[in-house]
Amino acid sequence: MPLLRRLVRADHPAIPFTLDGIACEGRAGDTVLTAILTRAERLRLSEFSASPRAGFCQMAACQDCWVVLESGERLRACSTALSPGMRILTRRAGAA
Amino acid sequence: MNAHSTRTRLQPLIVGAGPAGIRAAQALVAGGLRPLVVDEAPACGGQIYRQRLVPDQRSARDLYGSEAGKAEALHRDFAGLAGKLDYWPQALLWNLRDGRADIMVSGESRQVAYDGLVLATGATDRVLPIPGWTLPGVFTLGGAQIALKSQGCAIGSRIVFLGSGPLLYLVAWQYLKAGADVAAVLDTAPFAAKLSLLRGLPLFPGIVLRGLRMSAELKLGGVALHDGVADVRIEGTDRVEAIAWRRGGREHRFACDGIGYGLALRSETQAADLAGCRFAFDPRDRAFLPERDAAGRTSVPGIYLAGDGAGIAGADAAERSGERAALALLQDRGLPHDAGRAAALERELARIGRFRAVIEAAFPFPAHWMGGLADGTTLCRCEEVDAGAVRDAIARFGVHELNRLKAASRVGMGRCQGRVCGAAAAELLAHETGRGIEAVGRLRAQAPVKPVPLTLALAARPEAAE
Repeated sequence: MPLLRRLVRADHPAIPFTLDGIACEGRAGDTVLTAILTRAERLRLSEFSASPRAGFCQMAACQDCWVVLESGERLRACSTALSPGMRILTRRAGAA
Repeated sequence: MNAHSTRTRLQPLIVGAGPAGIRAAQALVAGGLRPLVVDEAPACGGQIYRQRLVPDQRSARDLYGSEAGKAEALHRDFAGLAGKLDYWPQALLWNLRDGRADIMVSGESRQVAYDGLVLATGATDRVLPIPGWTLPGVFTLGGAQIALKSQGCAIGSRIVFLGSGPLLYLVAWQYLKAGADVAAVLDTAPFAAKLSLLRGLPLFPGIVLRGLRMSAELKLGGVALHDGVADVRIEGTDRVEAIAWRRGGREHRFACDGIGYGLALRSETQAADLAGCRFAFDPRDRAFLPERDAAGRTSVPGIYLAGDGAGIAGADAAERSGERAALALLQDRGLPHDAGRAAALERELARIGRFRAVIEAAFPFPAHWMGGLADGTTLCRCEEVDAGAVRDAIARFGVHELNRLKAASRVGMGRCQGRVCGAAAAELLAHETGRGIEAVGRLRAQAPVKPVPLTLALAARPEAAE
């Protein structure tokens, strides 16, 4: 079950992206963090113990929510707006 | 200072566009200057008056509650300054050196020289580690509030709010009003401490009564309210499944899938540190803070502090200290400024400061938790250093000072630079060495204050030569 529960914006325009290769849709106004966690239970695996992480402060301070794109680019999920066609990976340990 | 006054004068720089930065900008513009305002967020308002990325069906009243008028006034006033200042949203100030600021904006780094610097860098949640706090589904209280306010999401389907401070009840109440299932509010402060709120009544009756009304509405809404909560554990395998705690020798447990957690706030002081401001220990915030006078002047001429980044005082104080700092900057530049207004602002700030002492007594920080922290509990989330490893490092290397502890244990060395674990590391070090918290020192800020791409740093060039 996803971590976040959407209370508003459910009917906003869809923004397509992929999560670990699977086609997904976010909503206009979503951050990357929201788009992922309204579908999934984590953002990444930690570098040292490969334990699941899903962000913490949501205000760009704790640096817990870095995710990696298939291109290798890294994003801080809470402070990056979702954009169409993002190909996001959460499976790889050391994503940040 | 002579060379200072004869050269062509540069723009003042304001870091942060929350309530303090906005009011500072407004006062500088009114004083005839054209400041540059840089802010990490895509829109002004700071964390407390943060704006959505796109509009939704909610009103300002839905988003900001009783503070909707203040939020709307700030957003409107800042929009009204367009054309009279320069504003860089989504801009990260990542270093200050030699009177210049390194600012990352639109994927490149710009070096900005300034004449007058107002730091309005705000605050983040203060936390102490507890077992299970790294599990998905645990967010800070501020994070839980942002999820709701800015993204319109609840952090779970059955939510527990844990910690202390006014934000604990405010966020729980906001979730309840938004239709989320709030199972419980677990307050780490004992009930007896709350009695000190009575002392706050004559100062700010409206705020105290609003807090009491929120508690009453939470109770009416079926939310379990517990105080004096101790020995908290968060349970779960791959995500939060339950929270357990003790109160008066009895064990309690609640099933839940989302937890908002915070123990009041901590100031963001890295920029002031990089700017060379002198720091002193503040017993009320249990933290080293940049020194400032009643107007916001730091130990470095031309650098001013405003808002929660200079010490926790809340949004109303932030508006006033932002304006006050700007008036000081105008005065120090020899420009006309309203001395009567400045004095009035200082009186209001002093009054808020007295109230803040009441709040601190009502919601005491549970520093004593660190003595009993289990060795296996993660202390540093970034580097995954547990309490046992920190205790080992303290004992093996005879560590007495926080930066030594960082070198010996990697606590505070990760990407967050100790924003999250710094308070806990200091408390644990103080406890283990039997010293006062003020004797273990503070983590020195390092540039870049937040991660920036290496390619960006290499591209840095002065934007304007003098």
